[in-house]
Amino acid sequence: MKEWGYKISSPRAIDLDKADSTAYTKLIEKVPSAKKCILCGACSATCTVSNHTDFSFRLSHLLFRRGQFDKLAFEMDKCMLCGKCNLICPQGVNTRAMISTMRLILSDMKDRKITL
Amino acid sequence: MNFHPLVIPFLAGTLFFLAAISIKYFNWIRKLDSNQLDALKKNIFTTKTLKAINEIFHESLLHRKIYKKNTLLGYMHMSLAFGWFLMIVVGKIESLFYYGSFYDRPWLGIFFKYFARTPHHYFMIIPFSFVMDLLLLVTLSGVTLAILKRFRSKYLGIKKTTNHILLDRIALTALWWIFPLRLLAESSTAEITGNGSFLTGTVGHLLALLHVDHMELPLWWAYSICIGVFFFALPFSRYMHIPTEVVLIFLRRWGAQAGEKYSGYTDIQLNACSRCGICIDTCQLNSAANINHVQSVYFIRDTRYNHLKEEVADNCLLCGKCVEACPVGLELTVIRQQVRQKQETTGKHYYEYSKSIENKSKVDIIYFAGCMSHLTPSIIVSMKKIFDRAGVKYWFMDEENGMCCGRPLRQQGFLQQSKDLVIKNTQLIHSSGAKMLVTSCPICYHSFKKEYSLDIPIVHHSEYIDMLLNENKLNLNRSEIEMVYHDPCELGRGCGIYEQPRHVLQNIGNLTTVESEKESSLCCGGSLANMAIDLDIQLKIRNNALEELTSSQPEVLVTACPLCKKTFGQNSATKVMDIAEVVAANLKE
Repeated sequence: MKEWGYKISSPRAIDLDKADSTAYTKLIEKVPSAKKCILCGACSATCTVSNHTDFSFRLSHLLFRRGQFDKLAFEMDKCMLCGKCNLICPQGVNTRAMISTMRLILSDMKDRKITL
Repeated sequence: MNFHPLVIPFLAGTLFFLAAISIKYFNWIRKLDSNQLDALKKNIFTTKTLKAINEIFHESLLHRKIYKKNTLLGYMHMSLAFGWFLMIVVGKIESLFYYGSFYDRPWLGIFFKYFARTPHHYFMIIPFSFVMDLLLLVTLSGVTLAILKRFRSKYLGIKKTTNHILLDRIALTALWWIFPLRLLAESSTAEITGNGSFLTGTVGHLLALLHVDHMELPLWWAYSICIGVFFFALPFSRYMHIPTEVVLIFLRRWGAQAGEKYSGYTDIQLNACSRCGICIDTCQLNSAANINHVQSVYFIRDTRYNHLKEEVADNCLLCGKCVEACPVGLELTVIRQQVRQKQETTGKHYYEYSKSIENKSKVDIIYFAGCMSHLTPSIIVSMKKIFDRAGVKYWFMDEENGMCCGRPLRQQGFLQQSKDLVIKNTQLIHSSGAKMLVTSCPICYHSFKKEYSLDIPIVHHSEYIDMLLNENKLNLNRSEIEMVYHDPCELGRGCGIYEQPRHVLQNIGNLTTVESEKESSLCCGGSLANMAIDLDIQLKIRNNALEELTSSQPEVLVTACPLCKKTFGQNSATKVMDIAEVVAANLKE
């Protein structure tokens, strides 16, 4: 199989009814424009980080929505908050606020002067 | 007679106030960071201290800065502060003359007319009474204006005034009552003892006509209680700015600087805010989008009382308009960034992927376009043309594999992440051996200039083009084109670059001035600093700014920031161009 240039992926069946949506609910509460996302991927296409790594905000958003948080905190830390995705977004989604909020939710920041 | 129980409220309030501010002063100094303490130790016995005293006289008593902005408001503050101050000082001198001792009981000056009931024993009665009455009149005129400001602020040229908390209202009311009550109390005594002058004497006669002259003692009690209430409320209210501004001016003159992190100096700045609300009117979130609970006055207040909401902290464009307007000179944007700071993870390194970026070329000039310029490629094309025409050998640092400068992260409080980017970019810049860094984005410019410690000159492309023109390396075609220049926040208020872009544009066409320019220029609304507002509010701010900028109907609206260009360009009937584009289009063949 290896010579063919293909590999066999393990099945990724997701039961969306059982997905943990509490984090996503928190996100759209803080950043309502997140609901407008059509997952077009323009953000990932313009992303500076995607130029260096296989980071994709579109994918990260999707995983977050489905409650699949494995390695997601690590992924989100790659973002430099430069704002290109914000400017490019055809739906006017506040992507930077999404990323920042996702980061805070994922790392569950404490000891801050501010209350969420 | 030199004691009466009526001085007790005054005395208790004053003692409480002194104890409370001593504790506060002690805590602030304890929490100063090492740089600020060093500045204090180094400069305390220099002429800077004298300069600070001079500034305190001009700003804390005369309120020169407010005077320059709004005469009536300046008079209101001056008459209250300076009037009251002089009343205390002259009252003390008067009691010194009367009793012949400086170390006399402290209340004798404050309640002088009540205790000094035998005025004919002392020869200075007439001039002193006259001066004291005059001062009281001046202070009362200030109180009248203050009351007018609270209920009809537009008569004092203020559209929106601060919405105060209960404690501030209590302190405010007590302060308002102190002076009318003093007038009535002194007048009623003057009628009995004859120690009044033109004001207290006349009002005393009136009181006698109305048969209320027997109210002497209750009036003095009320006066004393009002002072007491005011002093009890002062350390917890907005009036804490009175004893704090003095400390702030000393520290500032000694060279203390707000660091990246929250410190005692931040506490001092929080307490020095008088909640005058001048920042509310200047804020575009208020004027264009009607958001009026997030302005610096509320942000500072909520931070001071520890009930800051994230929504308030995050909802700010960091455009710096309020910093320009603040009569106390608070570093409002710096404090906001300090407070936004997120927790740091020890030992963690971000952006490991940046290690693969390398530089192999040795050049004189580095060009750093910035992330935003990559979305406005016309700026990059124009800059390349300008570099080529000037015959400059340069390295385009972020052409293919660039990194962010780190400022957007810093603005959102991700300080540790931002520092990782600073380290990487600094390495790259040093490795090229360049003698100058040119950047197209004012955000990056601000960052390189103030947050990096690079030892080479850093210039924005508008400055760079100006330099090339001065060296005659570029020749431009001049026409009669009508242009308006928009000062980007980060370039103008952020770094003080106002003249170079104007000079460049004057070589190309006619530059029309607009109402809000230079220090008071508007924000385009696209600011990366504000993540709390959605697109619709950004657009309101943009449209509002655009309307003013294009009111003279120029042919081109010129800016010097890719983000401003992008924001304005999306919905402008007028052509929006970056200064680099204008220059590139008008190069002589």
